[in-house]
Amino acid sequence: MSVAAPPVEATAPATETLSAYARRWWNNVRGGELGSLPIVVGLIVIAIIFQFQNDRFLTAGNFVNLIVQTAPYAVIAMGVTFALLLGEIDLSIGFVSGVGGVLTAILLTPDGNELPAGIVIAIAIAAGLAIGTLHGLIITKVGVPSFVVTLAGLLAWNGVVLLLIGTKGTVILQNDLVIGLANDFLPPGTAWVLALVCVAIYAATQLVRLRLRRAAALETDPPLIVALRIVGLAAALLIIVAVANQDRGVPYVGIVVAGLFVGWSFVLNRTQFGRHIYAVGGNAEAARRAGINVDRVRIACFAIVSAMAVLGGLILASRLRSVDTNTGGGQALLYPIAAAVIGGTSLFGGRGTMKAALLGAVVMLSIDNGLGLLGLSSGTKFVLTGAVLLLAVTVDSISRRGREASGRA
Amino acid sequence: MTAESGGRHPAPPGAPILELRKVSKSFGAVQVLYDVDFHVAPGEVMALVGDNGAGKSTLIKCIAGIHPIDGGEIVFEGERVSINGPKDSADLGIEVVYQDLALADNLDVVQNMYLGREQVGTLLRLDETAMEKRASETLKGLSVTTISSVRQTVAGLSGGQRQSVAVAKAVMWNSRVVILDEPTAALGVAQTRQVLALVKRLGEQGLAVILISHNLHDVFEVADTITVLRLGQNVAEFKRTETNQQKVVEAITAGTLSEVPGQENEVMA
Repeated sequence: MSVAAPPVEATAPATETLSAYARRWWNNVRGGELGSLPIVVGLIVIAIIFQFQNDRFLTAGNFVNLIVQTAPYAVIAMGVTFALLLGEIDLSIGFVSGVGGVLTAILLTPDGNELPAGIVIAIAIAAGLAIGTLHGLIITKVGVPSFVVTLAGLLAWNGVVLLLIGTKGTVILQNDLVIGLANDFLPPGTAWVLALVCVAIYAATQLVRLRLRRAAALETDPPLIVALRIVGLAAALLIIVAVANQDRGVPYVGIVVAGLFVGWSFVLNRTQFGRHIYAVGGNAEAARRAGINVDRVRIACFAIVSAMAVLGGLILASRLRSVDTNTGGGQALLYPIAAAVIGGTSLFGGRGTMKAALLGAVVMLSIDNGLGLLGLSSGTKFVLTGAVLLLAVTVDSISRRGREASGRA
Repeated sequence: MTAESGGRHPAPPGAPILELRKVSKSFGAVQVLYDVDFHVAPGEVMALVGDNGAGKSTLIKCIAGIHPIDGGEIVFEGERVSINGPKDSADLGIEVVYQDLALADNLDVVQNMYLGREQVGTLLRLDETAMEKRASETLKGLSVTTISSVRQTVAGLSGGQRQSVAVAKAVMWNSRVVILDEPTAALGVAQTRQVLALVKRLGEQGLAVILISHNLHDVFEVADTITVLRLGQNVAEFKRTETNQQKVVEAITAGTLSEVPGQENEVMA
């Protein structure tokens, strides 16, 4: 990938000056458009606190653990964001992820008629799509609120998990490819190359965008800001790879999460379907009058939620190397929703990003991981995690008030 | 043929682009429209006035394809058409700007203007540059100068700015007929001026404009013809230059009805 030199054109039309850009950013922050500012600050605070309590928190080994622990919840959180963007909720994600994990483990059990891993993963994802489509059809065509449909789903899919496992109690996962997902690591060299390729692609898209907008005589971001974005991404990726390589390396799930993040971000921000999701979440009536098939968007979103839940369940099963009757319970439901909300996704629809889900999951699991290192009881863990969730939503509510005061609703 | 006011078939400068003939509509037992006729020609601003409950909103929803009509016919460019959904009317080039504007607050100006008709480039990717460019040009073409950035979300815009965005959205699609539902209802004095100027410009650009309004002052400022609805029937049709507010108010409140709603049974009996 060749990185084009930034087009230098002194008389470029309407390049926003740096000071204007900074002023606009600051106005946005004061107006309540905090973006990922609070969550980044929160992460730094969390890291400092836990490092003081236990100096194992900021080690390469724990960093790699954190990636593996965050991955399943990040995947499910990215999925459930599609429901939250519509102003809907999906409470069944926990046990749908359980169904995904159990289905995979059972189909891969080497009893003579096991299937290849690739086909099993495809079947599990297809099952997720089918489950989500079913939810979506009941919600849109019958008109039952998503809360109720997915609450029923929570119970029913919990039942399906128990029925699938039967009397065995536990199913051991016995497939190297699936287990390797969360337990194998990229060779250090490969990780470096991947990171560099990512930075190069990002830089290229940014520069192409800059050039296209200049060619169309549209206002462009200051080149320095574009450069800072590229450098920022490069720094973040290289630090992640460097730290992970000090220990076992970057886990394969890290690549899966990154791929899903980039893919879904593209869908949400750059495709017609993504635009329609935001429109339906922001004003469903306006979307309907604009000729958008609102029901189809809703059904597709619920299908994505369940398919992503299945993927998350698969990663969770891979990490634990087995599934049991508790699979999909507890954290698998609440952590992803909490993660999305902590990241700044609105429960009322129309606001939310993949970045919010990812960063929110990192915060949730950092706390979980840190409290685990401190050896606190799970009772204390839950109380503290609840407090952090409340704090994050409070910050969002206060910034929302700022948005209303400045007319951004 | 010379035009006469109050007549059933005056001939405007051009042939009518949209014509309704004996359109009726009822919701269950309640009949809302009785044999309504009206027509509008390109370059003409036609005001549709009437008291609350006169059936103005129902009528435009029928034209927009939100409600199907029960009887009568809709004629577009001399040909009878059936409008069964919002898409049908959009395909004909009929655009409606609703009173509540139907903008998504969380999307920016460009995204709202292209909602449902996004330009897709290669690899399913939206062609943001082209959309932003054309949206800016459309706003400029309508002399809308109050919107500083087309990339700000609609939530941050004032009522007049939102109205401008909604109108620009409606005219961007080579539309032939634009229906404006109470465009000045919630606006202040200065913003009302802006929007009325915008309505006039639409007519000057050759569009057929149907303006629904309560405010006769606004109507007399921009309309070429005035159609009065009362209790679901059209009771009068005026040319602006040949009438005054007094006559229009009389028609709105006391126009002669051909049938009295609720008494059909007695008449039959």
